[in-house]
Amino acid sequence: MRMIEVQNLKKSFGKLEVLKDINIDVQSQEVVCVIGPSGSGKSTLLRCMNLLEEPTGGDILIEGDNLTAPKTNINELRQRMGMVFQQFNLFPHMTVMENITLGPKKLKGKTESEANELGTQLLDKVGLVDKAEVYPDNLSGGQKQRVAIARALAMEPHIMLFDEPTSALDPEMVGEVLQVMKDLAEEGMTMIIVTHEMGFAKEVADRVIFMDEGFIVEQGTPDELFNHPQNERTQAFLSKVL
Amino acid sequence: METIEVILEGLPTLLRGMGVTIEITVISLILAMFIGLILGVCSITKSRILRGFSTAFVDIIRGTPLLVQILFIYFGLPSVIDIDLTAFSAGVIAITVNAAAYLVEIFRAGINSIDKGQMEAGRTIGFSYAQTMRLIILPQAIKRMIPAIVNQFIVSIKDTSLLSAIGLAELTLSGQSIYAANYRAFEILFAVGVLYFVIIYSLSLFARWLERRLDVA
Repeated sequence: MRMIEVQNLKKSFGKLEVLKDINIDVQSQEVVCVIGPSGSGKSTLLRCMNLLEEPTGGDILIEGDNLTAPKTNINELRQRMGMVFQQFNLFPHMTVMENITLGPKKLKGKTESEANELGTQLLDKVGLVDKAEVYPDNLSGGQKQRVAIARALAMEPHIMLFDEPTSALDPEMVGEVLQVMKDLAEEGMTMIIVTHEMGFAKEVADRVIFMDEGFIVEQGTPDELFNHPQNERTQAFLSKVL
Repeated sequence: METIEVILEGLPTLLRGMGVTIEITVISLILAMFIGLILGVCSITKSRILRGFSTAFVDIIRGTPLLVQILFIYFGLPSVIDIDLTAFSAGVIAITVNAAAYLVEIFRAGINSIDKGQMEAGRTIGFSYAQTMRLIILPQAIKRMIPAIVNQFIVSIKDTSLLSAIGLAELTLSGQSIYAANYRAFEILFAVGVLYFVIIYSLSLFARWLERRLDVA
């Protein structure tokens, strides 16, 4: 089943054309990693998928619903897509548990105890049950990002979007976050991950997309893209990062 | 008469005036907080009309003296439109509008000081703009804004003394009416000053307590 269809997507900031005619289909349970040099448009692409950036042209369908159609309830649609940011964006005035349960309580009508039960399950999943009552400021970067993942999962999304989730982390904390993402992939979550972690992409992705200058230059299985890149721009990029 | 007797004799009148000062301040500042918050949010929306309205309001009110605004509302408006304002309601309007203009800027700056990622995080969970504002942005912003808001409250309390110009028997005018009769301006104005200080210092103490409490949370 198709979870996401991106058709002829274009996005400009003023005169700067960041995305030029992007077409992607993402199937249910597929894990797609998007790689490419900075400024290639990969974060913008991800942000268009939940309308944090408004597309200049083209269509995006989420489970068949057109994102930019006037009838679409964007708030409802966003509940089906979790998003994890480079800068975590936890709510600093709330405890870890409150961060996770705010959405389920206010948007899904869960009671305090139902929400807390869900919160505890999710914290267990990301290995942070003991941090439930802690404020985000007292967590390490890796812990913050794991809470952010738990917070996104609390809305029981069908799709998870990751925008360079490990780029702001100290190297020793990257592993713990990638592990959580790997578990999630193994459970069958549909995931789109913008990343610089080539090792992770190789190991976990079903498909890798290489973007440059607003285009999808090349895509394929990790083996195809990393071991037998066809396009010379892909080859040049990979020779720099691998 | 001894100094202390002069003051004690004037005290009931002064306390009545102080009551009016407090009453007008409380009503005005509550209204000003609402208007300031609404226009503050308007000033950061995408809508050009709302932003323009908010900016024009702030510029006009900040760009004219409060005393002129007070006189304009009390004497100016009734001469062209058919309204009958008491000095008290004219005072409430003037202080409200004036404080609101400064509060708009405080709210705008406070909301803008919250990282853009907080709004994005709220929206991606599925909250509407208004819900994200209410649940995520404002609780953080208001904590940061408290010192500036308290500062504006203090300024507004002192500004109410200008309402003596339209004959409102608030604290300052009460004092004036006493020393106009007994010629003991030194004692009476000293007492007036002390009473203002009591109001304002109590507010400062409350604000410090509030900030400490919010810090713990």
